[in-house]
Amino acid sequence: MSAEVMKVSSVLDTSHLKVKFPFKAKYGNYINGKFVEPLSGKYFDNPSPISNETICSVARSNEKDVEAALDAAHAAFKEWGKTDITTRSNILYKIADVLEKNLNLLATAECLDNGKPIRECMAADLPLVIDHWRYFAGVIRAEEGSVAEISNSQYSYNIPEPLGVVGQIVPWNFPLLMATWKLAPALAAGNCSVLKPAEQTPASIMVMMELIGDLLPPGVVNIVSGFGLEAGKPLASSKRVAKVAFTGETTTGRLIMQYAAQNIIPITLELGGKSPNIFFEDIMDKDDDFLDKCVEGFVMFNLNQGEVCTCPSRALVQESIYDKFMEKCIERTKAVVQDNPLKMETMIGAQASVEQMEKIKSYLDLGKKEGAKVLCGGSIGKLNSGLEKGNYIQPTVFEAKNDMRISQEEIFGPVVSVIKFKDEADALRIANDTLYGLGAGVWTRNGNIAYRMGRAIQAGIVWTNCYHAYPAHSPFGGYKQSGVGRETHKMMLNHYRQNKNLHVSYAEKKLGFF
Amino acid sequence: MGRTLKMKVSATNSALDLLSELQGKYGEKLMFHQSGGCCDGSAPMCFQEGEFPLGDNDVKLGEIGGVPFYMNGDQYEKWKHTDLTIDAVKGIGGMFSLDNGTGRRFLTKSEICLVVDNDEKK
Repeated sequence: MSAEVMKVSSVLDTSHLKVKFPFKAKYGNYINGKFVEPLSGKYFDNPSPISNETICSVARSNEKDVEAALDAAHAAFKEWGKTDITTRSNILYKIADVLEKNLNLLATAECLDNGKPIRECMAADLPLVIDHWRYFAGVIRAEEGSVAEISNSQYSYNIPEPLGVVGQIVPWNFPLLMATWKLAPALAAGNCSVLKPAEQTPASIMVMMELIGDLLPPGVVNIVSGFGLEAGKPLASSKRVAKVAFTGETTTGRLIMQYAAQNIIPITLELGGKSPNIFFEDIMDKDDDFLDKCVEGFVMFNLNQGEVCTCPSRALVQESIYDKFMEKCIERTKAVVQDNPLKMETMIGAQASVEQMEKIKSYLDLGKKEGAKVLCGGSIGKLNSGLEKGNYIQPTVFEAKNDMRISQEEIFGPVVSVIKFKDEADALRIANDTLYGLGAGVWTRNGNIAYRMGRAIQAGIVWTNCYHAYPAHSPFGGYKQSGVGRETHKMMLNHYRQNKNLHVSYAEKKLGFF
Repeated sequence: MGRTLKMKVSATNSALDLLSELQGKYGEKLMFHQSGGCCDGSAPMCFQEGEFPLGDNDVKLGEIGGVPFYMNGDQYEKWKHTDLTIDAVKGIGGMFSLDNGTGRRFLTKSEICLVVDNDEKK
């Protein structure tokens, strides 16, 4: 591929981060261990959400490129599926080491591609990526199958086997981390992958493949860029994949289940949420570090510009503390610094695409029409100094009701609905009054309340006196319409494996039936 | 299906223009399904009729440009106090929806639906 770099304005300068501009001018697909031109010869421009300047162009692939990637993956699986676990584990460790050595470069690429603040890329996204590869490198070494002694001459051996070639479709909110959540367990389990990055954020993963591609045998990981309709759909509906993993929204989730039904293959889906973050009155019993932590917990709706499936976008606050607690929360929200994501001081960056910004704006308008009261923010963020064309939204707090649409739909922006509750039963009723069940937060000094709420909230993860924690060995996934299956944690390995039951008789004598 | 719906769906001229462009490419018989959830959630997804399998729990909200517009029934219960206007804006488009890659995409905008609003005010 071309080694030149696009000319960009000074707002995208990366020299203060002590890394060169991370992107080449053009990226093809990564297939069979090489960067190759898309078969159609077509590319599309990839803008940075920071200023909407084009930072590189990326392959606009179609079903022929997907087929080429599947050919490479199937050829590679013959060896990779049988590679001993120690070898696979060591490769995953090497990947983690190389990523760690290049943390600043990858963090900068992620910041430019997605618009998220560089401090989050450096302190959260990339460290989680690196740890995730190490976790799966480690966990497969300690894993083993099982043996059941059916009788003293009959044994049932359970041996995990990889599925084969899997299709993985990655969202645009955490491009490197979501790719890693899918690739690391799939590869650890012995599968080969064809992965399609989101067309909104297609570039940072190419920088990652430039760094780690040579550590893997050709064809084990194949990255096919392009649009959902042209490249994602042929991958998701292919007869040649043994499983599809998808993160996105419900209509496409249903389509992927339908394709899987036609091919009779398993799927895992993560389809979003509308997570409640519940603050009980006892948090204000003292004015201490814990209360300060609770206020930060409220302001977590700004993490990643709110573009997180578990964004705590419904804050449930007990009415007895409402005024005093909200005063602190609004003050802290107003202190969130919105600026060029490449600056280390910036706390909230740019929304990942213009259309995402438009969508959030439509919800800001709707919230006002629904009668929600704007406590702070409420508009597009107007930045200057070269950022005028970037995608910025002000951190917004609505005083709302739970049956308003702004409290029922995943806005995927820095927007929170604050809803009052009377008591524990009321809090639980409101928390569960949603179509989704991905995450939740409970804040209290009372361990019994925390336990009861944690068990009764219909969500895959209930953070208790914390929020937005995603360690590799903490499972993540949804109840209700939030999806099917789990990601992260060693239980993810079984979403990428078959179980071979080897049932053996060591008896010499026949059964006597025939 | 067959419920009396208060919610109405309509389209702007630019949405109708994009729709007829898609009809020129994929044929007259298209359909919409309103998505929910993360990433491209809340996007109105456009498919060739039959591509998206409808279930008993999907409700038809109406038609825009002669094309039927559906939504999951559970989602409808949460949305029914609003009317939808489907617009088209610059953008990449959502996932497997036919607007994906055209340079324009459908966007759902909402107004409070007065009929339901009055009911709820009692």
